Amino acid sequence: MKTDKPLLEIIGVDKHFGNQHVLKNCTLSVKQGETVVLIGPSGSGKSTLLRCVNLLESIEGGSIFFRQSDITQSNVEPHRLRQDIGMVFQNYELFSHLTAAENIMLAPMTVLGINRAEAEAQALELLSKVRIPDKADSFPDELSGGQQQRVAIARALAMKPKLMLFDEPTSALDPEMIREVVDVMADLSAEGMTSIVVTHEMGFARRAANHIVFMENGEIIEHATRDEFFGGSVSQRAQRFLDQILH
Amino acid sequence: MSLDLVWQYLLSPAFFQGAVMTLLITVCSLFFGVVMGLVLALLQESRFRAGPVLAFFYLWLFRGTPVLFQIIFVYNVLPSFGLRFSAFTCAVMALSLNEGAYMAEILRSGLQAVRSGQRTAGMALGMTQGQIMRKIVLPQAARIVLPPMGNQMISMLKSSALVSVIAVQELLLIANQTASASFRYFEALCAAGIYYLALTTVFMIGQAWLERALDPKKRKKPALSLTERLLRSSSPQ
Repeated sequence: MKTDKPLLEIIGVDKHFGNQHVLKNCTLSVKQGETVVLIGPSGSGKSTLLRCVNLLESIEGGSIFFRQSDITQSNVEPHRLRQDIGMVFQNYELFSHLTAAENIMLAPMTVLGINRAEAEAQALELLSKVRIPDKADSFPDELSGGQQQRVAIARALAMKPKLMLFDEPTSALDPEMIREVVDVMADLSAEGMTSIVVTHEMGFARRAANHIVFMENGEIIEHATRDEFFGGSVSQRAQRFLDQILH
Repeated sequence: MSLDLVWQYLLSPAFFQGAVMTLLITVCSLFFGVVMGLVLALLQESRFRAGPVLAFFYLWLFRGTPVLFQIIFVYNVLPSFGLRFSAFTCAVMALSLNEGAYMAEILRSGLQAVRSGQRTAGMALGMTQGQIMRKIVLPQAARIVLPPMGNQMISMLKSSALVSVIAVQELLLIANQTASASFRYFEALCAAGIYYLALTTVFMIGQAWLERALDPKKRKKPALSLTERLLRSSSPQ
């Protein structure tokens, strides 16, 4: 279901780390069902911007609207907001004392109060969705990086989020495992999951992105549709970055 | 020397009660020591300036003075401030306060060993700080702190002998009293030593069992009979 009202609106966001200006007047809106890919050199503020969306980082100026309400207001409870926003990390961060299935079941059971049987059924369903149905009883250290990241995606999906944030989900993976994670993410985008993806994986951008946003030094330099972007109508700075990562 | 007498002492109500008293002091002091340690560990991590300062002062005080000093201090000085407790309570109080200082360090290192990314992952799932602590941090930290805590428990069992100086009727005091009445030091101390060894052995077995129980992988695998386990160990899976 696509509507024209943006699901997420980031307006004029500013942030410093010490005396370093990490986000400069960033404005970005994401519509329901869209996939936005954030690219840019390391240290350009992509991850920080992503972490502001689920309040893992606070902002100093500007505002962020999620489903038409301003989440930077002091009456917003961060843990409630985060129930609706899934996040996937570069280092997976699976809970090492729990099996793959238990990792997926934990939040639905503790946060949403779903009973064990239901959570288990959902976990198995999600593991099939990320194409590792046979790994339910494996512990994280028994899984490959690509498998761990897919469990992490399933874990985030178990909360039935309205928005998914991917923070360099394939950066820690060996090349042969990138594909399996990208496939799962592209499937999600095709199903209409609204996503913001920080990545250097241009293959994913080409397959799944509706928009591509280029950041540098804390600024959003370029905001293009996929066709514009890959059609070559991008600014020089973005083109230079692209040349670098694609050699 | 007479083995009969050792046996007789071992089975005597006085020695048995002494051993029970030793066990009771140890278990109570451990319990309050762990509680105290947890409070201190959380204080050390707290964002308020006063927390770490308070914890530092506590550790400085209780690690910087002998336990024996603390026991005698609690027993002899508190009454002059109008705080009167039984010898047993004083013993447990002094040992718990001391134990807390060591437990705090053990617990803090356990909590710190759980990567901050694990907490962030819990936060991103919409969990509250309490839920993250209970479901993510503590289960992982528990496995890390168990071995040093086991050592601490055994050393507590042995430290409990120190409270004999304030006339708590624990195992060593009983043995000493018995021996000074009969001059059979060897037999009386043998009997006490056997009780101590039996208790520490039980603690060690308990620790090994707990370590196994907290290992998620062992918990998951179906229980195997001893023969199956032996067969398994000779052939790699």
